[in-house]
Amino acid sequence: MKRASAFVLALLLTLCLLPTGALATKEQVVNVYNWGQYISDGSDGYLDVNAAFTEATGIKVNYMTFDSNESMYTKLKTGGSAYDVIIPSDYMIARLIDEDMLLPLNFDNIPNYQYIDEAYRNTAYDPDNRYSVPYTWGTTGVIYNSAVVDEADAGSWDLLWNEKYAGKILMFDNPRDAFAIAELRLGQSVNTDDPDELRAAADLLIDQKLLVQSYVMDQIFDRMERGEAWVAPYYAGDYLLMVQENPDLRFYFPEEGFNLFIDAMCIPTCCQNKEAAEAYINFLCSPEVSGQNLEYLGYSTPISAARAYMDESVTGSEIAYPSAETLAAGQSFNFLETSVNQLMDSLWLEVKTYGGVSTVQGACMIAVVVAALLALAVRRIRTRRRLRRRCAKWKA
Amino acid sequence: MKRTALAAPYLVWMGLFTIIPLCIVFYFAFTDSVTGSFTLINLLSIGNYIPIFLRSIWLALVSTVICFVLAYPVAWFIAGCSPLKRRFLYMLVMLPMCMSFLLRTLAWVALLEDTGILNQIIGLLGISPLPMIRTDGAVILGMVYNYLPYMILPLYSVLLKIDHRLIEAAQDLGCSHAQVLRRVIFPLSVPGIVSGFTMVFVPAVSTFYISQKMGSSGTTLIGDVIESQFKAAYNPNLGAALSLILMVMVFICVAIMNRFSHDGGEEVITL
Amino acid sequence: MKRFNKVFTILVLIFLYVPMLVLAVASFNRGSDIATWSGFTFSQYGELFRDGTLLPLLANSLLLAVISAVVATVLGTMAAIGIHNMRGRLRTATIFVTNIPMTNPEIVTGVSLALLFAFAGTMLKRNDVFSFGTLLVAHVTFNLPYVILSVLPKLSQMEPDLQDAALDLGCTPLQAFFKVMIHEILPGVISGALMSFTMSLDDFVISYFVFGPSFVTLPVEIYNYTKKPLHPKIYALFTLLFAVILLVMVVMNLLQARDESRVGTLRRRKRAS
Repeated sequence: MKRASAFVLALLLTLCLLPTGALATKEQVVNVYNWGQYISDGSDGYLDVNAAFTEATGIKVNYMTFDSNESMYTKLKTGGSAYDVIIPSDYMIARLIDEDMLLPLNFDNIPNYQYIDEAYRNTAYDPDNRYSVPYTWGTTGVIYNSAVVDEADAGSWDLLWNEKYAGKILMFDNPRDAFAIAELRLGQSVNTDDPDELRAAADLLIDQKLLVQSYVMDQIFDRMERGEAWVAPYYAGDYLLMVQENPDLRFYFPEEGFNLFIDAMCIPTCCQNKEAAEAYINFLCSPEVSGQNLEYLGYSTPISAARAYMDESVTGSEIAYPSAETLAAGQSFNFLETSVNQLMDSLWLEVKTYGGVSTVQGACMIAVVVAALLALAVRRIRTRRRLRRRCAKWKA
Repeated sequence: MKRTALAAPYLVWMGLFTIIPLCIVFYFAFTDSVTGSFTLINLLSIGNYIPIFLRSIWLALVSTVICFVLAYPVAWFIAGCSPLKRRFLYMLVMLPMCMSFLLRTLAWVALLEDTGILNQIIGLLGISPLPMIRTDGAVILGMVYNYLPYMILPLYSVLLKIDHRLIEAAQDLGCSHAQVLRRVIFPLSVPGIVSGFTMVFVPAVSTFYISQKMGSSGTTLIGDVIESQFKAAYNPNLGAALSLILMVMVFICVAIMNRFSHDGGEEVITL
Repeated sequence: MKRFNKVFTILVLIFLYVPMLVLAVASFNRGSDIATWSGFTFSQYGELFRDGTLLPLLANSLLLAVISAVVATVLGTMAAIGIHNMRGRLRTATIFVTNIPMTNPEIVTGVSLALLFAFAGTMLKRNDVFSFGTLLVAHVTFNLPYVILSVLPKLSQMEPDLQDAALDLGCTPLQAFFKVMIHEILPGVISGALMSFTMSLDDFVISYFVFGPSFVTLPVEIYNYTKKPLHPKIYALFTLLFAVILLVMVVMNLLQARDESRVGTLRRRKRAS
């Protein structure tokens, strides 16, 4: 017994040591956690950013992706996973700062910060420029397939509620972006914390649910390119990627307004190699890298100097770099209190789980349960009777 | 007896990694996500998810029954083949289980989509696309497809063991084919049926991947909700409460099914 | 009746294999869309070996499957011997515990282990607990019952006196185990180990909840892939794996068949003499 428990103890100890000892190699690694489809990865002859970083610094990049700010937040909050660089959006950065989940950056290690345009400094989410360095900025809007969608229906968010396209409409699979659309359509602020207004937005989303094909994020690429879906709200930069595959796709900024966002690089408190993380951030801020990276991505660069490295067709695009006039209709997401976030989360869950079971299904199920219980009861009675009979025989 | 001590490391292991985790689930289910204090809110909110529980059970039940109907003739046929053929067919049934079920499900998506392979074929005949994907039927198809081998294999292993002399005896005593099936073969295969039902129903009722890929926005299953609470919306407490209910429900279902099996107890048929 | 069953079996097998055929065909497709054929090419296979993102993950999965199968087999066989010698309430309780991971929905097992590891992480003040270690623990945990349940029947079939005979003849318990018992229960141990290996190689649900950034397995990455536009090189990997597994299975079957026929002829000869 003693030997056995000693064995178990030894086994457990080795297990605890395994992650650091046996498998980790000596080379430096930076764990990057970014949105999916959000870096130039060497396809179509563009720059492979992570490979270029490894070549320049000798630090290996362990690159992982998330599909929404909320899932990234959940991963960090759950703990147990160490990431060195994360690239969330503005409102999420504010939330992470509020919850002490970010480390202040050492800007001595990020000299390329000088290239960041004035317009992207001292932002609402990080007023003192302590925690974040902008990666891209962009807008949301509506993408539709002009081969099947009537031009006359386009122009506002109403297209997403248009019954003509029922079953062909996609929707954001994260609460903040989805609620913003409903709020804009209702004429509310995208940063409302009024429970009644949020309730109204949720009801609008529930109305829409019958028409929605799926709630998805990056699967939008596939579905829109192949014509499986015809209408979807998404990020303008991704539209520019999609239209290369399917030239029928069109994009517009809805007249009710739209979201204007900045995604920025931060270092979370679980970081294990802060210097490597800062080197990575610095690398992405070099105008040359930013230019080549974002030329592929289609998102907009916060570094004016980077535009020199980009093709004119990209920098001249009204979608990637809209005029000041268009941008005036954009609204940024601001920090929301925990209670508001919680309310939004639970309303979002209500939207996602809305929908009942048909009466036929319900009736069938009750019938099945009753039948199973009856069968059991009958069996029990039968066996008992049989036993009794047998006993009677024995007695006789 | 000294030899029983050999199970000690195992018991410690199971205590650490099965019992304690379940206790933690229990603890989370009864605490508040923000303050960490005791609360019943998570469990009381289950009322909102009753339709989802019902839908999950319903779809899983239908899939299990369809699996059974499909699997029984197949298992019977394989069990009746010559040893060489039998082994080959057994392998063919086993093989899909070794391949990524994620990709195999995606292949069904590609087949069934509005712009998918089947609809393209139908389109050549001049028929407009049929709505196949994102229906309850598609979710059931996904479940049946993924878990069918888990029904065939246990049925096969009990049917293989049936003594053919029993069947011959029944026939000699004047039983018709149907009677042989009902009074001899079927009762003898009950343990296999029970374990097949369990092995299909349990994963089907808790799946989240199949409903995500094959289902519509209206076929959210309980697995989807649990997954989202742990992966997208940070609320492990609600997720734990739902897991707890799901677990209790599954244990009740399995207990009911085991009641039908004579031996009950420990003889669980594995692959 | 037999003919109906035959046709039916063939139909069911077609049903099982059609999606895999779709994936195999897609791996030779020039375009990236699985549903439209745009010409034959081998380039997906070239891509698979050139860019080297998927193969290391496959290596990870294999490593994890082998180690977890070995640990589960050793622990599980020991446990099975222990349980075999148990009586009464202790035995019932142990069997009950063994059945928990078997009947528990995978998602609940995954979630409960994730909560345990996250809790352990905060206790130990470590922010990298989710790693190879957590995956290994999780995989061993769900593999153990399979090993036990395939070894236990072999133990009850074994002649109980054999072990005692070996002990009487001067074997130490360890020697008795390796000289006598292991031969009797070996088929069960092997099938348990194989089952563990396949289960953990293809496990997605539990791994999905306990993996960490430092060690990702193939199914988890495939799931991440399915949330983005899928690159066809993944079909190429699937097709290669399919071919390898098919080959291994066919070879194993042929070997077994040969062994059996040899045993058969031996028996026949013995009977004849």
